[in-house]
Amino acid sequence: MAYSDKVVDHYNHPRNVGTLDKSAAEVGTGLVGAPECGDVMRLQIRVNPETNVIEDAKFKTFGCGSAIASSSLATEWVKGKTIDEAMAITNTDIVKELALPPVKIHCSVLAEDAIRAAIGDWKKKNNVAETAAVAVAH
Amino acid sequence: MSNEISNNGVVVSESSAPLPAGVTLPIYMDNHATTPIDPRVLDAMLPYFGKVFGNAASRNHVFGWEAEQAVEKAREQIAKLIGATAKEIIFTSGATESNNLAIKGIAEMYRERGNHIITQVTEHKAVLDTCKKLEKQGYRVTYLPVQADGLIDLEDLKRAIDDKTILVSIMYANNEIGVIQPVAAIGKLCHEKGVIFHTDAVQAVGKIPVDVQKDNIDVLSLSGHKIYGPKGVGALYVRRRNPRVQISEQINGGGHERGMRSGTLNVPGIVGLGMACEISGQEMEAEGKREKELRDYMRAKFEKALDYVHVNGNMDHHLPGNLNMSFVYVEGESLLMGINDIAVSSGSACTSATLEPSYVLKALGLGDDVAHSSIRFGLGRFNTKADVDYVSDKVIDVVSKLRELSPLYEMVKEGIDLSKIEWAAH
Repeated sequence: MAYSDKVVDHYNHPRNVGTLDKSAAEVGTGLVGAPECGDVMRLQIRVNPETNVIEDAKFKTFGCGSAIASSSLATEWVKGKTIDEAMAITNTDIVKELALPPVKIHCSVLAEDAIRAAIGDWKKKNNVAETAAVAVAH
Repeated sequence: MSNEISNNGVVVSESSAPLPAGVTLPIYMDNHATTPIDPRVLDAMLPYFGKVFGNAASRNHVFGWEAEQAVEKAREQIAKLIGATAKEIIFTSGATESNNLAIKGIAEMYRERGNHIITQVTEHKAVLDTCKKLEKQGYRVTYLPVQADGLIDLEDLKRAIDDKTILVSIMYANNEIGVIQPVAAIGKLCHEKGVIFHTDAVQAVGKIPVDVQKDNIDVLSLSGHKIYGPKGVGALYVRRRNPRVQISEQINGGGHERGMRSGTLNVPGIVGLGMACEISGQEMEAEGKREKELRDYMRAKFEKALDYVHVNGNMDHHLPGNLNMSFVYVEGESLLMGINDIAVSSGSACTSATLEPSYVLKALGLGDDVAHSSIRFGLGRFNTKADVDYVSDKVIDVVSKLRELSPLYEMVKEGIDLSKIEWAAH
């Protein structure tokens, strides 16, 4: 299979692998996918409550090289962004950056879902109402 | 020499450690898919591309006679390997054609006697797709399930045979999990019931003793390129007595091969297939023992170094060179990506558009998640112990690395029951 250099690089050097304390108030955890489908992604964010800026992100992924690369890239992209900015990341951005083949587009969808799930979890924990940012992202 | 290799311009291995003695990359360990041609086979074939180029069907000159003589010698070599007579060997383009010819040819020939065919769910697609096509033409097909170890239950077979059954087609050894079916008992049962027994013996012939008499086989498919012979040539054994099996031809024109398979014979290929059979027969016992030792050694290394690994298929009825292992909580394709200086096969056909895991592994009762985590290692004549050490060390290294990345492995280590989680399927 012809993977792009970027996918291979993320696979060989995954960024931000690890686990944040999911019980902490400032941490949001998104767990998406299913083992039967061959992909499970867990993406976690730590948000600064003053600024709403994502100060740290970690991931762990069970899945193919594209799934690992998509989630690794997602952690890189959300770090330093505000919650609203992170919500604006879409799977097509990930597809483009990693040059994913059509059969692997679902990996990028999963990464987008993981970002949203992590943000959703953080919002729920912190009683943040769903904002207009969701609409902007679409 | 560094172990960096280039694949589509991408450096796939970053380690600069020197390779162990005797290892040349990439390593081929996918011998169920195909095998390299043995140099002795190639030597035997070469004259038949140039000097002896005649058409084996040309009966009126020396060019034809020489070609015919070579073909008849190959027929003898093949027959000897499987306990048949030369007259019972029909040449084809390979095992896919042999399977098609056997199943369609018998279905057509015996249509008046009945329309029921029995096969099993773990057959190769060359059998399953052929049966599916016959179903559209009004045949009834029973697909027997397999047990968790990959073997069929003879009682299931006994129950499935009825007065309309004309053919049972059960493979000798499975191409994914290496499980060897109780062929002699299946054949005996078929003969008691007056049913023809066909076996796709592609993975078994030349690897383990196959004898059409002892095994009660009526029709048998084999292929050249799985036994260090050339691609594009295979054979079909068709029993001539007790019982005499008749097959309706599927390709017309010229009436070659006793009318069962027309087409000018592929003389160099046939010579190669014959030589491949002769060598396999001579070396089978020693080679089988060697491959089995390497296979067991590799399995032991995995089980010692890693938790949550298991073998698929009954290891007491198993091809010597096959090892199908599940590395649970690691996805097969990402594992292959980390070892892409090694040619093995993923249990999960993840590159296909459907992303469906192997139907063979699922038939054993493996969940999709475990089926996605399985790798088939196929040891062959040219694999060495150094190869096995390199491959197993590398796989252990990559599995460990991917498990550091795996949320499932982390959760299981924390004592979380993964089956209790409500996964968002996508």
